[in-house]
Parts: sequence; C-alpha cells; structure tokens
Amino acid sequence: MTIPSGGDTIQELTVEELRAKVGTGMEIENAEEHMLLSMGPQHPSTHGVLRLLVELDGETVVNLAPDIGFLHTGVEKSMESKTFTKALVMTDRMDYLSPMSNNLGYILAVEKLLGVEATPRAQVIRVILAELARISSHLVWLGTHALDLAAMSVFLYCFREREYILDLFEMVAGQRMMVSYFRPGGLWRDLPEEFEPAVRQFLDFFPAKIADYEALLKNNPIFLDRTKGIGVVTAEQAMDWGLTGPSLRGSGVNWDIRKAQPYGGYETYDFDVPVETDGDVYARYRCRIAEMWQSMRIIQQAMDRLPKGPVNIDDRKIVPPPRSELGHSMEAVIHHFKLWTEGFSAPVGYVYQSIESPRGEFACYLRGDGGPKPARVHFRTPSYVHVASLPFMAKGLFVADLVSIIGSVDIVLGEIDR
Amino acid sequence: MNADQRVVEKIKAAFPDAIEETNDFRGEQTLYINKKYVKGICQLLKSDPDLSYKFLSDICADDFLPEFPRFAVNYHLYSYDKNHRLRLRTWVEDPEEGPETISSVWAIASWLEMEVWDLMGIRFKGNTNLRRLFLPEDWQGHPLRKDYPLGYEEVQFSFNWQEVDAKKPYAKE
Repeated sequence: MTIPSGGDTIQELTVEELRAKVGTGMEIENAEEHMLLSMGPQHPSTHGVLRLLVELDGETVVNLAPDIGFLHTGVEKSMESKTFTKALVMTDRMDYLSPMSNNLGYILAVEKLLGVEATPRAQVIRVILAELARISSHLVWLGTHALDLAAMSVFLYCFREREYILDLFEMVAGQRMMVSYFRPGGLWRDLPEEFEPAVRQFLDFFPAKIADYEALLKNNPIFLDRTKGIGVVTAEQAMDWGLTGPSLRGSGVNWDIRKAQPYGGYETYDFDVPVETDGDVYARYRCRIAEMWQSMRIIQQAMDRLPKGPVNIDDRKIVPPPRSELGHSMEAVIHHFKLWTEGFSAPVGYVYQSIESPRGEFACYLRGDGGPKPARVHFRTPSYVHVASLPFMAKGLFVADLVSIIGSVDIVLGEIDR
Repeated sequence: MNADQRVVEKIKAAFPDAIEETNDFRGEQTLYINKKYVKGICQLLKSDPDLSYKFLSDICADDFLPEFPRFAVNYHLYSYDKNHRLRLRTWVEDPEEGPETISSVWAIASWLEMEVWDLMGIRFKGNTNLRRLFLPEDWQGHPLRKDYPLGYEEVQFSFNWQEVDAKKPYAKE
C-alpha cells in the first residue's frame, strides 16, 4: 500500500507499519485495494477537532475509526485540585454549546453529595435556563447539520436566534458562553428585572422561527434524500451502544431522564417526550425539532409560576453571605473568608447524578473524602459515547452519508475529550 | 420486594459469594462485588427478564492511594423496564490485572474501558483494544492516578535562567 508522506515522495509501507502509524487500532480489511483516508482533525463537517480514519472502497465506507483527544485538557484531573465551587468553571468548558446543562449536572451532583436542595425559585430559574440552553444547542446543531447537507441559509437564521439566547445568558450571568451561573446551594445572583420581559418576547417570536426552519428543510428534496433511511439504528443497537437523548429516542426508545428520573423539579412540568421509530438521520432530526417545541412549553410554564423568594439556601456553611453583610457582621466576614479560601467540606461518599443534556445523558460521578476538594470527578458525556457508535452506523454507506451521520448524533468535541 | 433487594437476591442465587458488601448512600445502591465475577454478574443483570439492565451508562475508576486495595472500578447500570439505577463496584489490587472485559455484554463497554485504561491505567483482562485514546501514543504514566503530578511551568529568574531552560522540553536552536 502506498500513502503520500509529505512532499512528493511516496513511501511504501507494510500493513503492520501502516497500522502502527495510524494509531487508532482499526482493522484494515484490504490494504492493497482500498484507500485509507484521514478525515479531519481540521474538517468542517467533523464539528470540531475529530479525526476519522476511513477505509474506502471507491466511495463506500468499509471501516471507520474515530481518533479523539485533540482537545484533551485534563478537566477531571484539574478539578481534583480545586474546591467544589471553583471547580465549577471547568464544567462550562466541556460542552461549550450548552454550558448551563453542564453546570446543572455538576451542581446537582455536589448538592446531592452535600444533601441539600436548592430553593424553589432557584430550581425554577435553573429549569428556564437549562431549557434555553437546550434550544440554543439544538439551534447550533440544526444550523451546522443543514450546512453539512448543503442548506446554507438555515445556518444563518439559526445563529441569529441563538444570539438572542446568548444575550439572555449574558444578562443573567455576565457571560455569553462560560456562564458558571449555577452555584452549590443556588445561583450566582438573582435574575435581573429585564430578564422576564426578554424571555416572554422570545417565547412570542420563536415559534414562527421554528416553523421557518422546518419550511426550509422539510420539503427540500436534497435534505430529505440525504437524511431519510441513512444511518439506521435499531432500538436494540441503540441500547447496546449506550446512545441517549434524541439519538436514542429517534430509534423508538422512550427514555428521557427528565421524565424517568426527574431532577430539579421537572416532574411538575407538563411536557411530552418526542419519539420517532425510524431510527435514521431524519428521525433524529424530527426528535430534536420537536424537542424545541417542548422546551418552549416548559419555559412558558416556568415563567408563569416563577416564585418569589431567595435564590440561595440559608446555609452559611455552603453559600457565602451577601456582600452587604460584610460591612457590619463579623460572622459574615469569617464565613466569606472561609468559603473563598478553604471552601466547604463534603461528606465521605460518592454520588452519580444524571441529567438530560441537549445531547443525551450527561452524568457526573463525584466522590468526596471529607475535604473541601472533590477526591474524584468523572463525567459521563453523551458525545464521548456517541462517537463510538459512528463505525457501525456508517459502515457500507457513502462518505457523504458519513457527514450526515456525524451531524445527526450531535457531538461536541470539547465534551468528548474534556 | 423493591428493586434494590431483588437485584441482591438474584445475584446471591446465582453467585453466592460474589457480593462482598452493599452500600446505600443518598438513595443510590452500590454492590461491592468480587472482581472475578464481574462478567458473569453483568451477563445475568442484562439477560434476566426480571432485572434487564440493558443500559451501561458508564465505567469509571477511582484511586484510593495510599489505601489497599488501591483502585476501584465502578459500573453504572440502568434498567429501562424497572427504571432503576445500580452501581457495581469492584476492588482492583493490581492495575495490570483488572476485571474481565464486559465488551461481549454491552458493545459500548470496550470504548469506556479504553478511557479507564488511558487515564487510570487499569488493564481489563481480555480487551485487546486498549490503547491511548486521549493522550499521545508515547505518553508516560496515567494522569488520573493520585501519584501523578498536576504539572506546572517552572518559573525562571535571572539567577537560574539557564538551569531551568535546560530542563524545558521545547526544541532549542
């Protein structure tokens, strides 16, 4: 087999040498006849720095191996050296398209370990922001997925509406993306006054926009040809490969953690879980579009019930005192100092908290050893699991279909490599 | 009989000496199981119609340095039918002799074990696919172990500039 090795020289390699060189452990079926193509790491349709090693027979994918790790930043290791509160900022940087969901997963794990529950107002605010994050994440998915399949204009419209949501995040957290807004025991601070009218305005204009996106795609013959019947995953396969979220529900398995094992008060909202049975790229597309409608319903209900009251729990051993108290209370100064230098101690034990992130099951395994820093943090991220199922989905299809499949499982590389 | 008890009884019936300890913390059930039964128990949990833990959510490892046994491997399972989560935990004394791979039970397990191998260095028996996943091929050590330093940039001053510079791993002219 010959592969170009830079410049004009062609290097002759044996199959063993080649296998060692590609470093993905992929079984090469026919090294003499087939072409070995490295797709990525810098490739627009891999949605980040993902490298796919593809063995091609003509244009048909014979074998495929994902090569990841280009964005590995050692998040889990770094978090072990920070206090529970300070480690929060690392979670924003994993799934950079829905930082609110990551915050929520981590914070719920910390609160579970501590044995505390957020106040009713904080819980409702968390639901509103997590659902807004879901919509904004789905908008990026929809835009880039359509862009991969040559529907350019959808991308521009999706990013216009996403911008509005990011402005809402900036309004509450001061940051568009790396929000770190949810804190152990509550929130960074209460919502600003402008937030409620801005969200209501969003709820008013957004339904027409979803209808627009669908109008651009659902009658588009190119889009339909490239999504219907492509990358079919049966329910059994989906469960075996650990698919979650819309990728699982597109295969007809009705499992949504918000319904099955509710967290943060989701059991009190009235919403449906969209399920499609075809299991192809189009089914996963339909699921995510329908999820945006359901998220709108949840936000609407949450806005209507938003209770008054404090956003932080009344435990000074976990939540720092408000700035205004520092001027006249010695105790507040002590708590402030202790919490920002040493942090709070968590009990000995370990918890596993799953949430339904826009991509699927996002879970945080957290072990406390009695000290102020987590002894072990581990994130089960949906993208990491989904990328492992690309080989069986894409085998036997064209390279062009591979692009469509990568888009349909909605991976974020920051979350895969963490 | 609730789901927690049902699991314990089913496992006890099939593998009498497999469960070493059970633990319930914050409503999460953990079964400490003997390393040599991991695969058998996983097969039972997945195939038994009364249990049907069809979803392997996660595999992750823990380092308890300086205690012995030092490592633990956690398997997080979920049953769609019973809506129940379960954690299996097994102690690993020697990281080179980890539990048997469960890639024949759940297809995703091989991929999850690869992460444990790469970052914690626990070798799963029978998984021939283990390789560096996040880190470069020639990386030394397993970073999530407690005895692995976090790493930092050594500060250079005028009096020790040359000395520190000589140790820095970048290409020099």
